[in-house]
Amino acid sequence: MSADKKQKIPRQPMPEQEPKVRARNFDEVPFGYSPETAMLEASRCLQCKKPKCVEGCPVNVKIPEFIGLIAEGDFVGAARKLKETNALPAVCGRVCPQETQCEAKCVVGKKGEPVAIGRLERFAADYERDHDAVTKPAMAPSTGKKVAIVGSGPAGLTCAGDLIKLGHEVTVFEALHKPGGVLVYGIPEFRLPKAIVQAEVDYLKSLGVKVELDFVVGMLDTVDELLAKYDAVFIGTGAGLPVFMNIPGENLNGVYSANEYLTRSNLMKAYLFPEYDTPIVKGKKVAVFGGGNVAMDASRTALRLGAEHSYIVYRRSEAEMPARNEEIHHAVEEGVELVLLANPVRIVGNDEGWVSGVECVRMELGEPDESGRRRPVPVEGSEFILEVDTVVVAIGNGPNPLVPNTTPGLELTRWGNIKADEETGQTSREGVFAGGDIVTGAATVIMAMGAGKKAAVAIHEYLQDK
Amino acid sequence: MNRIVAKEEFSRDPAVYMMQIEAPLIAKKARGGQFIVLRINEQGERIPLTIADTDLEKGLVTIVFQVVGKSTAALGQLEVGEEILDFIGPLGKPTHMDNYGTVLCVAGGIGIAPVHNIVRELKKHGNKVITIMGARTKELLFWEDKMRALSDEVYVTTDDGSYGRHGLVTAVEQELLEKDRDQGDINLVIGIGPPIMMKFVAKTSEPFGVKTLVSLNPIMVDATGMCGACRVTVGGKTRFVCVDGPEFDGHQVDFDELFTRQRIYPEQEKLSMELFRQQQACGCGCGCDQGEAS
Ligand SMILES: Cc1cc2nc3c(=O)[nH]c(=O)nc-3n(C[C@H](O)[C@H](O)[C@H](O)COP(=O)(O)OP(=O)(O)OC[C@H]3O[C@@H](n4cnc5c(N)ncnc54)[C@H](O)[C@@H]3O)c2cc1C
Ligand code: SF4
Ligand code: FES
Repeated sequence: MSADKKQKIPRQPMPEQEPKVRARNFDEVPFGYSPETAMLEASRCLQCKKPKCVEGCPVNVKIPEFIGLIAEGDFVGAARKLKETNALPAVCGRVCPQETQCEAKCVVGKKGEPVAIGRLERFAADYERDHDAVTKPAMAPSTGKKVAIVGSGPAGLTCAGDLIKLGHEVTVFEALHKPGGVLVYGIPEFRLPKAIVQAEVDYLKSLGVKVELDFVVGMLDTVDELLAKYDAVFIGTGAGLPVFMNIPGENLNGVYSANEYLTRSNLMKAYLFPEYDTPIVKGKKVAVFGGGNVAMDASRTALRLGAEHSYIVYRRSEAEMPARNEEIHHAVEEGVELVLLANPVRIVGNDEGWVSGVECVRMELGEPDESGRRRPVPVEGSEFILEVDTVVVAIGNGPNPLVPNTTPGLELTRWGNIKADEETGQTSREGVFAGGDIVTGAATVIMAMGAGKKAAVAIHEYLQDK
Repeated sequence: MNRIVAKEEFSRDPAVYMMQIEAPLIAKKARGGQFIVLRINEQGERIPLTIADTDLEKGLVTIVFQVVGKSTAALGQLEVGEEILDFIGPLGKPTHMDNYGTVLCVAGGIGIAPVHNIVRELKKHGNKVITIMGARTKELLFWEDKMRALSDEVYVTTDDGSYGRHGLVTAVEQELLEKDRDQGDINLVIGIGPPIMMKFVAKTSEPFGVKTLVSLNPIMVDATGMCGACRVTVGGKTRFVCVDGPEFDGHQVDFDELFTRQRIYPEQEKLSMELFRQQQACGCGCGCDQGEAS
């Protein structure tokens, strides 16, 4: 096919559940490509000699190569090509912000719409898993060295996967009763089915990775105690305590942090209450504070729990929202109402200590701040009350405190994140490496995976010299 | 893992049980004042329970709990030999141990269990320990012998006068603090029990200016400092009980907010309990009325 012809093929949409229907169930929103559609979409790729897309990918997935294999109909081959650099393609294909990474750089996107790299990634990974075609990679002979990984989020899992292939013995310690970190407790089922995360963990186990659940490092063994039993330790403990707005009324009943709201719904399956024991407040009118992916997930979860109104209260305008466009689009399509240029100043309660409303002040955009986004300033006297019975605060998290508090000599940043070398994950303690949200603060799945990968290389080198 | 090796019914109404769980790693690390989180089965919720005792040699952790809802009811039905799916800990900060001189421990209801663990450690640190233990009625008292063996003085109260002194633990607390006013030997009060009791233990000691620790039990989810469910207001600041606590200065705690926050899910808890009872009644587990009542 000529480049000209290729450019005539439109970017293939991915079929998905009707917004009205899906807003009331927890099933995954998109259905994924059929093999035919995937091959058609793959044929749009120009197979660039110097592919720009790869530069946009934090782990440099071999994009034209895997897309080429899909175009040829070798779907399993495509999945294996992906896995050479990305341990969790089924996850990344679903949750990576491709529009600011690989797809933002794709040359096809210069004139028209970029190749749907994310959708193709997801297709190949799903195809391999659904056809039981997952095979074990080549494993290096055992080195006899042992590594402890703290936390089973994307950073920890990626680091574990790379180290086991290099022949080291790997044990992952996870505080919760399920592995996966944010992938299981934060990101909702309708965006990332938990069975996929479980399949990835099972795969790592099949390679020999040991996973110790219900093991809170710092409270059981400390990092120092792990160092006595293992040759190196990787810390990937992720985000911790939620940040609140520090406005009156935040401890009223019916006010949640996004972490709690989502953990109840996802990890504890409160949406299946009373079949599952964990309850959740099923508000009729829910206000979510914040404008990121987490806020989108919370507001869409509220709809699925039966909310008649699910508002997102954000102090800037839609253009400044940090959430992915696709997520904002999905949320609005489902009926989430955006209350923009509004800042909550007080949560109002009733006599029984329950939320009855949120007092907000209107904002207008002033001069750009350090982040380049225009700073919102309150409009005097513009206060108004939004009547709601549930509030979810989704404005961010601090680092998880348990490991930093129990590891003497581990250098931290001003905000309590662990200081680690960007290229190696090396911390101030010998033999201790770190990566993911605990180092960077809330970031992305792929950034955490990238950090886990780099740390695995550094740990491997460290163990060889040791 | 997490096998129940001993179980005892302390009282029937309300139902209070003691269980010893095989959890050697936790037993090795646990110290007075800490707690565990458990989940009974795949559908279960994560519930926090204070550690009542540990047996290092045998690797056992003791919990004492009262049946207050579905999860504790289901836990109470597990028998020796059965396993608890998830048993996580130790969590929270241990009670700060020191030689304080004389410590007055006030234990109410099932709070007797965690206080016992703390008394033992206080004695190890050379403290004189006076213990007041109280319950609604005689049947609900337990471990008096254990407490007597550890403490220098023990006072027992029941609300209905069926045993020991007739009245509340705070009446004895008031007397002891008054008696001590001149000597000033009592340098610390530790109050553990129902939240309302802890509030009044703190209220009672406040005029005497004696530092008072209480152990808070808000609703929790992860209990590892991730979700913020356990937040309480202490001294006007939001604190997270699972990582900053569970013990706080009782004179600074906003108890009324805690009471309100403990009642977020009354309807759901009732529904859960009703469904559980129905399933129990039918015996076949499906909720029908066919089986025998147990
Ligand atoms: C609701 C939500 C939606 C998101 N959506 C997206 C998205 O669409 N795309 C995207 O790219 N990113 C998204 N993110 C961000 C992304 O999920 C995180 O950046 C990423 O998961 C960080 O990975 P991590 O491995 O560093 O930590 P985590 O995923 O946070 O995992 C850390 C793990 O360590 C465990 N742990 C903590 N302390 C201990 C201890 N002491 N002992 C043992 N284990 C411990 C935790 O229980 C947890 O399982 C989202 C985040 C949230 C909360
Ligand atoms: S930049 Fe676009 S067209 Fe070029 S190789 Fe990457 S995906 Fe294909
Ligand atoms: S219970 Fe979740 S932070 Fe304390």
